[in-house]
Amino acid sequence: MAEKRDKRRSLDEAVAGIQSGMTIGIGGWGSRRKPMALVRALLRTDVKDLTVVGYLGPDLGLLISAGKVKRAYYGFVSLDSAPFYDPWFAQARVAGTIESREMDEGMVKAGLQAAAARLPFQPIRAGLGSDVQTVWGDELKTVDSPYPYADGRVETLLAMPALNLDAALVHLDLADDRGNAAYTGVDPYFDDLFCLAAEQRILSAEKIVSTEELVKSVPQQALLLNRAMVDSVSEAPNGAHFTFAGGYKRDEKFQRHYAESAKTPESWQAFAETYLSGSEADYQAAVRKFAEEQKS
Amino acid sequence: MTEVTRAEYCAIACADMFADSGEIFASPMATLPLIGARLAKLTTEPDLLITDGEALILADAPAIGATAPVEGYIPFSKVFDVVASGRRHVVMGANQLDKHGNQNLSAFGPLDKPTRQMFGLRGAPGNSINHATSYWVGKHSTRVFTEKVDVVCGVGYDKADPENPAFRFLKNYQVVTNLGVFDYAGPGQTMRAVSLHPGVTAEDVKANTSFEVAGLAEAGVTREPTEEELRLIREVLDPRSLRDREVSL
Repeated sequence: MAEKRDKRRSLDEAVAGIQSGMTIGIGGWGSRRKPMALVRALLRTDVKDLTVVGYLGPDLGLLISAGKVKRAYYGFVSLDSAPFYDPWFAQARVAGTIESREMDEGMVKAGLQAAAARLPFQPIRAGLGSDVQTVWGDELKTVDSPYPYADGRVETLLAMPALNLDAALVHLDLADDRGNAAYTGVDPYFDDLFCLAAEQRILSAEKIVSTEELVKSVPQQALLLNRAMVDSVSEAPNGAHFTFAGGYKRDEKFQRHYAESAKTPESWQAFAETYLSGSEADYQAAVRKFAEEQKS
Repeated sequence: MTEVTRAEYCAIACADMFADSGEIFASPMATLPLIGARLAKLTTEPDLLITDGEALILADAPAIGATAPVEGYIPFSKVFDVVASGRRHVVMGANQLDKHGNQNLSAFGPLDKPTRQMFGLRGAPGNSINHATSYWVGKHSTRVFTEKVDVVCGVGYDKADPENPAFRFLKNYQVVTNLGVFDYAGPGQTMRAVSLHPGVTAEDVKANTSFEVAGLAEAGVTREPTEEELRLIREVLDPRSLRDREVSL
């Protein structure tokens, strides 16, 4: 009998298939269970001109800081705690250096659902009458219902186009070596949809365990990803840092340090040298040192 | 009973937004509307659904920041289902709000190159086109109440296409500010004064609004809270008076 596929990869191997110009979806929400270790791995590559899709936060901010983003599709960009607005995203928008496809939050879900079902669009009410259509221009169209409303008038809705992804990056709490995976926190967010909408499905997990232990550890409903939704799995303890995951809280002090460091080129250079110039292990060691310094 | 503060009038005005709402989700996005929704739930609207702002539906109406027994689960994905179902009344903030109820919380300046970036559109387009939407403004000023918003996030009545039934659920319900209570029953569905808080004059509202507010001469005075409402606000829901930080005088 042939061997079962072992999908375990290092973080750097996991993102090696991502090329310049690709469209990548990033799971999580705002500053919540973001695949930050995978984002940091992406920062170590020379890819650029990425189109980024998601409910975005410091993931987008870090990619912008490294000059890797051409365009972003998002319902919002938030750090979820003070100062709330991501500084790198704000700088890029004010400088006009990234193209924005801003939309209603529900439209992101609709676009991922369309892609997951291999449909060209999904009709949605959200966005009508707002500046969503102004932001997108000709890229966003409407669709008339073939079924008239009760009074004979025709309902015209937004035709949210499929958000087809070249790659999806997601971070979950527990996985096996074949790509079955579960969340243990309060919300699955949309990580299953990101994987269903993507060609390359790249998963990181706090811990890789046996399948038996995985299914014993969580209720069945928490088994968000099955093997057919995942191409690689990387073990990344604390891999959502500085956002939160099922087993730990957001590192608010560090997130604030990130936001403050973005204020001047000098402070950012120091931040990047300390935290972003080495491996994931180097990052985690530097973060532990930061936490100790904060205590003393 | 000690003297009623401005923030306490704002709290009961926010509670009154949910009068006769029935069994729907109350989704307040700031401290004052949060106190208001919980106050309504503890008085006249026991069937309101409220959440912890994350993913849990609370069986009780606890103090701000406190936990309570849970009655259900509503992760973000399911929130969008509730939005589309219409069984919700959201109270959002606004960086700008015009006389038709167009609201901006995204950015200032041109869309392709803003002068100041905020959150982006968030759920404002979907909220406003699907279900009752109200606004809370803690500092009523000409900067907020502007002739024209820079980015239309929440949809105003002048954006509705009468030929398109997809707009039939648009309902800009009320605006509560530190100065008074407003709705959109003015001429051509424009902002109208319903009541001004005690001590606020029509001149105060005029001086702090860039457009003409309908009904200012006829507007009454915001009602007095009941003793029970004051007790709930002061002792149960907001004993630390967090409400005062959000209300400009």
